Amino acid sequence: MKSLILRTTAPLLVALMLMFSIFVLLRGHNEPGGGFIGGLIAVAALAIYGIAGGVETVRRAIVFHPLAIAGAGLLLSTLAGMISILLHVPFMTGLWVTPSVLGQPVPLSSVMLFDTGVYLVVVGALTGVVLALEERGED
Amino acid sequence: MATFSAPADLSAALVMTPTPLVDWLVILPVAWCILTGAVLMMLRHRVRAHAVLAVPAPVLLVALNAALLAHVAVSGPVTMVVGRWLPPFGIAFTVDLTGALFALTAGIVALAGSVAALDDIDDSRRRYGFYPFLMLLMAGVNGAFLTGDIFNLYVWFEVLLISSFGLLVLGSERGQIDGAVKYGFLNLIATTLFLIATGLLYGVFGTLNMADIALKAEAAPDRIPLMTLTALFALAFGMKAAAFPVNFWLPASYHTPRIVVSALFAGLLTKVGIYALIRVGVMLLPMSLDRLSPMLSLVAVLTMLTGAFGALAQTDIRRLLGFLVVSGIGAMLAGIALGGPDGIGGAIFYALHSIVVMTALYLAAGLAARCGGSFSLAALGGLYRSHPGLSALSLMLVFSVSGLPPFSGFWPKVMLVKTAIDGGVWWLAASLLLAGFLTLIATARIFLLAYWRPLPGVAAVAAGEGPGCPVAVFWPLVALTALSLCVGLFPEPMLGLIRTAAASLIDPAAYIRSVFPQGLAP
Repeated sequence: MKSLILRTTAPLLVALMLMFSIFVLLRGHNEPGGGFIGGLIAVAALAIYGIAGGVETVRRAIVFHPLAIAGAGLLLSTLAGMISILLHVPFMTGLWVTPSVLGQPVPLSSVMLFDTGVYLVVVGALTGVVLALEERGED
Repeated sequence: MATFSAPADLSAALVMTPTPLVDWLVILPVAWCILTGAVLMMLRHRVRAHAVLAVPAPVLLVALNAALLAHVAVSGPVTMVVGRWLPPFGIAFTVDLTGALFALTAGIVALAGSVAALDDIDDSRRRYGFYPFLMLLMAGVNGAFLTGDIFNLYVWFEVLLISSFGLLVLGSERGQIDGAVKYGFLNLIATTLFLIATGLLYGVFGTLNMADIALKAEAAPDRIPLMTLTALFALAFGMKAAAFPVNFWLPASYHTPRIVVSALFAGLLTKVGIYALIRVGVMLLPMSLDRLSPMLSLVAVLTMLTGAFGALAQTDIRRLLGFLVVSGIGAMLAGIALGGPDGIGGAIFYALHSIVVMTALYLAAGLAARCGGSFSLAALGGLYRSHPGLSALSLMLVFSVSGLPPFSGFWPKVMLVKTAIDGGVWWLAASLLLAGFLTLIATARIFLLAYWRPLPGVAAVAAGEGPGCPVAVFWPLVALTALSLCVGLFPEPMLGLIRTAAASLIDPAAYIRSVFPQGLAP
């Protein structure tokens, strides 16, 4: 799209939205948010970037093919569920470790790993759809 | 909020005993399919890597399913609750003999399809993602067979449906899109009905765990709309299984994709509908299924006869086989309508037989078309002389699908006919036999026209001179036919397993005990 305003503000907007999407992903464990909604926000950001700069720019920016990203997410989520085989608890049990980073306890969990996987699946699958649609529009 | 209250004691709601490693067999077939599906999706454009991963993956799947069957046969139904939460709140995967038998057969068929696809699916279709779709389809199919939660069953239906859409339109030809629209539309309606029925069920019982539902439905007061629920489920699963009068999507779509995809669909998809009907109808809502049985018998007869007559009228082998799938579904429905250990057992046995034999028939049709140059009975001919091996295999499969001894189709048919006569339902027995007879005529037509008849106007080709059979399709076909022959010759172990499976569906005490070892919490 040939709009100077959109092209100038898009990078700023996209950066802000991507950061917000990660914030929503991480916030999701105890409060509203999570991988699915975070992923959707990220896809919205990429869609705006595509409208402003063209589909090719987005494909270059995300490096991997969208469906490969979705595959990686699926892999990550399943592996997050498989960790529990080592601890003799059922599939997909939430497991926590709390390492101390600079004297501050940081709770990490397999649930968060799973959610990150969901985030990647949503980003990958929907970006694939959105880019295909935008490509159709450019012709 | 960031303030944490004192943590509640959760041990009452969690599984506190350590999970033995062998219980992981319940979840591993599904997890393995998803894992390999994900990896294949990441390697989608490296077509060479697909073959390296795509054959070992189903081999391990078959091994896992076989181990699961052995485990279940020895120690009864096994349960694993996902996420450690106790049932009925945690989602339970519960496997009994029925589920394990179906899962193993599906695994074997997937392996055969995956090997046959090495030849039948070219590089551009692999790039479209045949193998990732196949593994995700198997994740859905296995999940449906192994889950013990009715909403989870719905989710697996969705997973296999989406993967099947992908497989169906592989290559995006005009006919494929046409078939996919019909297939997709009908299946989406069926899935929606299934979801509505599940919502109603949850509203009525307040639980989605199958063992819990079985307990609560038994003690249900009269005002609960059990009949409505059962009829809704029967309609939804009947659509999935292609029962009359909602069967027209199947012959309209199964001849459009690549032959390996048709083979896998014919083997697996409709049988998932039958499995779900057996699981939900027979195990969860047996009383109202009994009252529905006259209706089901009628549907069964009509399904059998539409399938058989439809098959008689076709000249395209693939369409003909599509109608045979429908006819087989009728026989399984007859078993469900008859009820009792022998009726249900017959239905289960027939479904397992049909998974193997329908897949094999489609593979054989693919080879016949490869060697003879066409799917049309009018154009084929003379394969008997040029491809004796393929002809012998096809003749065996023709006998098997028509229910003649010594093949696997014979025993379930005997079980069903005997149960029907014992129960005094002579017309059901008569239509089973009639459908078998018509099936024999229809398939014998394939054999006569495509194999036996010398092609008019063409000099006979001696053995080994015509276009050769691709090895990658031929050997899976041999294996599947041999499996059908073995089960037909030595049916006792299979019959034993199936009797136990049917008995534990009719009296699910062991299933319920596996989900609630300490009895149901008040």
